[in-house]
Parts: sequence; structure tokens; C-alpha cells
Amino acid sequence: MSLPDYGFYILCATAVLLLATQAITHPTDFLQVTIFGLTQGAIYALVALGYTMVYGIIELINFAHGDVFTLSAYIGTTVLGFFAINEGTFTTVNLIALVVVFPVVMLVMGGINVGIERVAYRPLRNAPRLAPLITAIGMSFFLEGVMFFWKGPATVHFPDILPQYSTTIGGVFFGFKDIFVVVTAAILVSLLAVFINRTKLGKAMRATAQDRDAAQLMGIDINRTIAATFFIGAVLAGAGGLIWGLYYNTVYFQLGFRSGLIAFTAAVFGGIGNIPGAALGGLLIGLIAGYSDTYIGSKWTQVVVFGILIGVLVFRPTGLLGMRVPEK
Amino acid sequence: MSQTLLQRFNLRERIRDRDTAVYSILVIAAILFPIVDIYANGGGTADVSQATRAGTFVLLAIGLNVVVGFAGLLDLGYAAFYAIGAYTYALFGSLQLASSPLHHAIHVNFWIMIFVAMFVAAAFGAILGFPTLRLRGDYLAIVTLGFGEIVPQLFYNFDQWTGGINAIGLIDQPHLPFWVQGPWSGDGDVKVVQNFNFNTDPVAFYVLIVILIAIAVILVSNLYKSRLGRAWMAIREDEVAAAAMGINTVSTKLLAFGIGASFSGFAGAYYAANLALVSPDNFLFIVSITVLVMVVLGGMGNISGVILGALVLYYVVFVLIPGLPENITNLASSVGLSSDVAGTIADATTRLNFIIYGLILVAMMLLRPQGILPSRVREQELKHASVQEDEAAVEMTHQE
Repeated sequence: MSLPDYGFYILCATAVLLLATQAITHPTDFLQVTIFGLTQGAIYALVALGYTMVYGIIELINFAHGDVFTLSAYIGTTVLGFFAINEGTFTTVNLIALVVVFPVVMLVMGGINVGIERVAYRPLRNAPRLAPLITAIGMSFFLEGVMFFWKGPATVHFPDILPQYSTTIGGVFFGFKDIFVVVTAAILVSLLAVFINRTKLGKAMRATAQDRDAAQLMGIDINRTIAATFFIGAVLAGAGGLIWGLYYNTVYFQLGFRSGLIAFTAAVFGGIGNIPGAALGGLLIGLIAGYSDTYIGSKWTQVVVFGILIGVLVFRPTGLLGMRVPEK
Repeated sequence: MSQTLLQRFNLRERIRDRDTAVYSILVIAAILFPIVDIYANGGGTADVSQATRAGTFVLLAIGLNVVVGFAGLLDLGYAAFYAIGAYTYALFGSLQLASSPLHHAIHVNFWIMIFVAMFVAAAFGAILGFPTLRLRGDYLAIVTLGFGEIVPQLFYNFDQWTGGINAIGLIDQPHLPFWVQGPWSGDGDVKVVQNFNFNTDPVAFYVLIVILIAIAVILVSNLYKSRLGRAWMAIREDEVAAAAMGINTVSTKLLAFGIGASFSGFAGAYYAANLALVSPDNFLFIVSITVLVMVVLGGMGNISGVILGALVLYYVVFVLIPGLPENITNLASSVGLSSDVAGTIADATTRLNFIIYGLILVAMMLLRPQGILPSRVREQELKHASVQEDEAAVEMTHQE
């Protein structure tokens, strides 16, 4: 145990203690905030996975990822426009629309992200480190520009097609939406875990992340593996964008910037490059943001979240579950 | 022996030196620009005040170049130090503190505050850098990114002191320092020093920013050639090797961070005085990114290139792209399209701004990742690396 470790544990212990006090004095409020935080965190987790996978494999902070997340909600509204959906009450058409919109948008987003990688990142794979970072920022502006051009600067309404069912248990409000968000995210993350750990392509991804040259010598097609990483990252972000839309029912073209940064913080918090870490980090950041909104005030949430980002990096650079990455 | 002018001043040699040529062109352009422009516009000074804002970005780019270009530390929150510099002057050079819990406005002279702002920004650079500079590579970038997000938010939140979203306005304008004022100064025809009026005349600010940039360039290029500059480059190329050579990497990096931040403090105080208004909105992530792109576009590590990059990008982002709809409308109507169609096209172009900026960034990096005028040393390195890669590729094919 070194001094930074002590600092880290003291900080964590203080936060937990303060929250425990709240939990005991106002249990209903606390549970309500926890549910809200978990739903928010589930979405952040889906986006954070894309950041962490891309960073793990090519060490790029993919600034465009947050905008991929937002774009998926925009495409989702268009796809849902093809159905005679019924807002407010849940019909069979809504169910069909839901079943169709998820795979379609996820695949389209995957394709778009692979295209972005092909155009903007692959040619610069051996360039100085800053070059792909700048193209990532450029792609981020480009995607924001596309959304701005498409729907304008105002917020866009996302159809509210989920069942409105809700119940109150012991004074705590549960909506169907909350459960839908958490369950969908949990299913996707489990699928990802199976994919990464059990399939051949997943193994290739892990190998490429560990040592690209060695992986190539073992006969792994690096370009294909990296493209697959971008595809999967975008598939998850696409699902995240749809869930966001279904939950909040509004999106706007610059949503991806702030929520992207928060998701990225989540990835760093869990240990960047570490997949379970990103999921955990997403949930925790969602919870922390929820608690901070309620107990500190929403105008301080951004300060708290980015303060955590700095604190984690200072006290524990490898994150909560991070692995020691050798300096290349 | 009669020498020609060229021989006497060794001009050929000097012109052959690319940097000297660029600097000479820049100096001449800086002197001629206001004269020609004001004459061409019949006394209008809108372009000159635009140029004063471009100058702020030049100053920022020179400062960030120390951090990113020389020491190789990626700073994604540079606007935070800029904000700190601007607010330092805004608080102590306006009526703002009268409506704060202090209930008493403080007015400190601009010429003092510009140095105070510089030191305050440098101090914050050191405070942020001290715990984080042990981190390597991208982690530092992430910490600075977080810092850059926190600082404007803090200026929003502490609205008792900073006015928050209402911004601080009516910031004092500088006056000529007392040692310049005297019997020789004034507005008369025979006075040596004209009495620049900062309140009404953008030319005064223009002269000020050109002088500030000149000072910054001299300071930074001397730093670059100094022992410290060589240490920065050594760290940029290989930190482990630099440490093994006896360079104290932490304090050297801290100096790069602090010195880089100090220039943005300088720029911030100037900016606050020039605009007479500071708002947290002016220091968001987009500003950090724009300055970073200026540095990369110009050619990291090369001061003259960075100045050029800053000017080019400023022109593109703040003049060319916003002016595009109007130009297209004019073009369309001159071609003979009806004003309705022209209006639609102009509207579409307004909406395309983001796309154009994004595409410029991507295209620039794909076509010329080393920037407009890359530093000579870096150019050699890149060439060397690509030669090595080619050799490796040839070897691979031989082996096959």
C-alpha cells in the first residue's frame, strides 16, 4: 500500500459513508435516486464499452464515439417513422417496431463506424499519435454536422413507444422503462463478454490488444480485427442511443459530446482497455451522477464527474479493475 | 572591394533559412496589414479588430506549442488556463467585485495584471501538473481534458464572484503606461509617441498584440535553443532515455506545463481587456481543440509554422466558414439564380459549417499529418521512420 492507495481508499470510504447516512435517513429517496442512477449508468456502460475496446486495441481516444451514440438515436427516429407506432399505449405494432429497430440501427451504426475507421483512422495507424486524435475530433464534428444538417439545432422528439406500466413498491417508483433499460444493457454486455471470451474473433481482439505485432505474426488479420472492434463498439453505442431515446424521448445533435465524455470517464474509471471495468465504471458513474444531482446539485455534477476522473488518474491510474499496460 | 548588399548582410544565406524568411514575411505583413487594410476600407477598422482576436489565438498557439510541440505532452484542456488568465484580469479590472461578497470593486492597472494573470495561470499549470505529470501519454491528456471541463463549470457555479452565466462586462481598458507618457506623447503631429486610445481604436490593441507576440516568439525561440529546450525534446523523443541521461523529467515537464500555461494567462488577460467581456462560454473544449489543431496544422514544434497555422485556421474557422453563406448568396445571384434559391443555398451552407470544419480536420491530417511548416528536426524523424518502414517492408518481401 502506497500513499496514493491510502488516499484513494479514504476518498472512497468517505463517499460511501456520506451516502450510507443518506440511505439510512431517507431510504425512499435514496432508492429512487439509485434506480435512476442505475438506468443512466447502464446507458453509459454501453457507450463506455466502445471507448474502452477501441482504446485497448489501437490506443486512440475515439472522440467520434459519443456522436455515433447520438446518431443512432437520430437514425432510430427515422426507422420508427416507417411504422404506424402508437405513442402512449403499447400496441403490437410498437412491439414489432422495437424488435426491428434495434438490429437495424445497430447494424447500420456498426457499418458507419467501420467506414469511419477505414477513412479516418486506418491510413494514420503508423502516423504520430496526435494525427488520429485530430481526425477523431474531425469525425466528431462531421457527425454532429450531419445531425445538425439533417434535423437542425433544436431537440428532436424520439417516439415514446415503450409500455407506460409502472408500480410503486414501498414508496419507490418503478417504471417499465427503468427495467427495460437495465435488462437490455445487461443482456448486451453479457453477449459481449461471451463473444470476447469464447469466440475466435474475440480471442483475436484480445491478442491484438495485447501485442499487435505478435498477433500479426500468429496469422491474425489485424485490419479485420480492428474493424470488428469498431463494429462491435458501434453496435453497443447504437443500442445505447436507442435506449437513451426510448427512455428520455429527446435527443439533440450535441448530446454525444457531453455524454461521450462522461462515458469515457466511466471507461477510465473502470480501467481503460478493460471490458468488465467499463461496464462497472459506467454503472458507478451513472450512480455517482445521480447522487450528485440529488445531494449536491445538478450544476455540480459535471465538476464531480470530471473531478473523479482526475482523482482516479492521480490516485489509481489503472482504474478500478485496470491492468498494468506496459509503455510502448 | 565593393560588396553588394546581398553579400554584405549575408542575405542569401538568411533567406535560404526558411524560418527567417517566414518571420520576415510575417513582420512585414504585420506592419503593412493595418495601414493597407484601413486605407482599402476607407478608414474602417473591422478587419483590424478581427486581426486582434486572431492575434490572441496566435499567442495561445505559441504557448501550447511549448507543451505539445516541444515537450510532447498532450494538453486537451488548454482553454482552462486561458480562462483563468482572463478571469484574473476581469475580476481585478472591473466592477464585478463590488457585487460579490467583497462589496468593493478593485481596479488594478492592466500592465500589472497581465503579468499577474500570467503567473496565476502558470501556478495553476503547476498545481495541475504536479500530481499528474508522473502519468504518461494519454493519461495526461485525459486529466487535462477533465480540468478543461471543470474550470468553465466552476466559473459558472461560483456566480457570486464571477457573475456566472451573466459574464463579467465593462472590463477596464488599458492605458499607455506612465513611463511612455510624457511631453513626447500625445495626439499632436509632432509628438513621438501617439496616444493610443484603447477605448475606441482597435489599432491600439493591434499594436499591443503584435508586441506581445513578438515578445513571446523571442522568449520561446530562446527557450527552444536553451538547455531546457533540449531537455524537452529529449523527453519528447524518449522519456526513459532522457531520465537515464540525468534529466529530471518531472521538473522539466512541470516547467513546460507552467510556461505553456503562462502564455495562455497572458493571452487571457489581453483577451479580457480587448473584448471587455468574459463569459465561461468563451473557454469551452472547442477552444482547446481549435488551438491544438492550430499547433498541429502549423507544424508541431516549429514556432513560425505554428503562427502560420494559427492565422490560417483562424481565418478559415472565424472568417471563411461563417462568411460562406453570404458569399454563396452573392455568387448565386450573380450567376442569375433567383433570390429564393440563393437563400435556400445559403441556409444549407449555414447548416454545413460543422461538416466543413470536420472534413477540413480529417483531410488535413490525412494529406499532411506533419503540418504546413513542420519543424526541421521532426521532419527528419518522420522521414527516417518511413525509410525504416520501407526497409522493413523490403526485407519482409525478400524473406517471403
